[in-house]
Amino acid sequence: MGELLQYFLSGLTSGAIYALIALGFTIIYNATEVINFAQGEFVMLGAMFMATFLGKMGLPLPVAFALSVGLTALIGILVERLTIYPARGASVITLIIITIGVSILLKGVAMFVWGKDSLAVPAFLGEEPIRLFGATIIPQSILILVVALVAVLGLEFFFKHTLTGQAMRACAANRLAARLLGIKVEPLVLLAFGVSAGLSAIAGVIISPITFATYDMGTMLGLKGFSAAVLGGLTSSFGAVAGGFLLGLLEALAAGFISSAYKDAAAFVILLLMLFLKPEGLFGQGEIKKL
Amino acid sequence: MKLNYGIWASLALVLFVFGLSNTNDYFFNVLNVLGLNSLVVLGLALLMGYAGQVSLGHAAFYGLGAYTSGILTAKYSLSPLLGIGAAQAVVLVSALLIGLPALRLKGHYLAMATLGFGVIVHVLFKETISLTGGPSGLVGIPPLQIFGFTLLSSREYFFLIWSLVLLILLFSLHLAHSPFGRALLALHDSEAATQALGYDTSRLKLLVFLLSASFAGLAGSLYAHFAMFISPTSFTFLHSVKLVTMVVIGGVASLWGALLGASVLSILPEVLTVFEDYDVLIFGAILVTIMIFLPDGLLKGLNNLWQKRKTHG
Repeated sequence: MGELLQYFLSGLTSGAIYALIALGFTIIYNATEVINFAQGEFVMLGAMFMATFLGKMGLPLPVAFALSVGLTALIGILVERLTIYPARGASVITLIIITIGVSILLKGVAMFVWGKDSLAVPAFLGEEPIRLFGATIIPQSILILVVALVAVLGLEFFFKHTLTGQAMRACAANRLAARLLGIKVEPLVLLAFGVSAGLSAIAGVIISPITFATYDMGTMLGLKGFSAAVLGGLTSSFGAVAGGFLLGLLEALAAGFISSAYKDAAAFVILLLMLFLKPEGLFGQGEIKKL
Repeated sequence: MKLNYGIWASLALVLFVFGLSNTNDYFFNVLNVLGLNSLVVLGLALLMGYAGQVSLGHAAFYGLGAYTSGILTAKYSLSPLLGIGAAQAVVLVSALLIGLPALRLKGHYLAMATLGFGVIVHVLFKETISLTGGPSGLVGIPPLQIFGFTLLSSREYFFLIWSLVLLILLFSLHLAHSPFGRALLALHDSEAATQALGYDTSRLKLLVFLLSASFAGLAGSLYAHFAMFISPTSFTFLHSVKLVTMVVIGGVASLWGALLGASVLSILPEVLTVFEDYDVLIFGAILVTIMIFLPDGLLKGLNNLWQKRKTHG
């Protein structure tokens, strides 16, 4: 019982991280139909900034948090302006390679700025683990769940109840029709990149006390978040969150009951099964075939 | 489009003369790696450029070729030629297993499925330690032996690898100009129209997928014997990406473009090593710049610039 609960808790923690990253993928995909392979690097940047502002400079937690997320969002916007916007209308594979190039570039810059060693980030709430029905959970994990939940709900509010958010959903549904209604699409695409990068940065910030910050931490996290997004259907933000938690839980169970060595493979086995059995994902809409 | 034997023959001649006259082992090593990449990229160009199917997992086939050859010859003392045969069998069977369900998917989804396959295979290389040696790699792979003759020097491998590249290039050029190749091009433009012409498109896709996996597996086997040591770091997702980039950067739908892309991306890192830690950074920047400004690839892009200059001047 305690063992199962332990897997469940660790699955929820990593699931929350995957959910945030998957949401980032979904937002950019909905705005531009680009799969952004540089998404993981935004996670890394969030963690790196946190290591600098909180770990090195010792700024107060809220300030360090806001600076890390804000700066990464700004970088997200720059990425759109400098690389995606000039190449709009290019083929799927060209855009994939551009984002992969951006990912390599960001990783290179991070290695240059912060070096190759992992940087420590102090825990936000203290290190004393909490006992819970025979399982333990560290305070940082609870914080991860809370922050992820707040971020998801905040985003939901933004998309459903603000004019800008509704305009973004209109653009995702039908860009031309949105334009005809007088919605300016370009600033919204910029905003989408900012929000998406910011969300991923939040994931990086809250996970950094557990994993520490390293320049190459983003790749695997990005790919996992991407699997979660596919699992949830790539276009649905509810699906992305559900996909993230589902992936985290299945992965933790696979690591616990089968072998922790194959933990990284588990996520992709799930991805393949999903693609082969139901490629539109759990909550996505099937693509309409055009001739 | 006419088959151009002239360029092929001049390439063969240049390589032959270089192979005889060059005495610098470093150059041989760089060109050998380029040759191995070319083998993989020729298959990928047929798959991507002609049939229009993306694979982000070809490093897995390259790795399966390398590990099957490596394990069978290093641990079970099989002769290298038999090892290459066995590696081809392993690669083809896994390509069949992954290709059958994956090739029904399109665009992004096919890219994701092949990506997932690549990551899983990489984890297997890393974790089945008793078989593959795990992260520290597989040692003790013997050099290649063909009919009693052992290949030891970089020059000997240069002649072997590049003969194979030239042969496979010739084969691929012929294939591209055959009815099969034209059917693939049609498939690239419209699957429905190709079906309407009476082609079994799923079979076409599977055949070219198997072919490209087989080229990659062969390159992997040769790599294992040439380097005599393999480790999982050579067969990562990033390597798959690099292979795809070679095809795209040279110009999709052109075998010559693919070779150009392979040359640029194989030689560039060697040149960039003078920048030491900056090399990744510059590599990323060059990649993004080329894709933004020459989305059709180097071959076509440079050709267009050349045409423009001619009409202006």
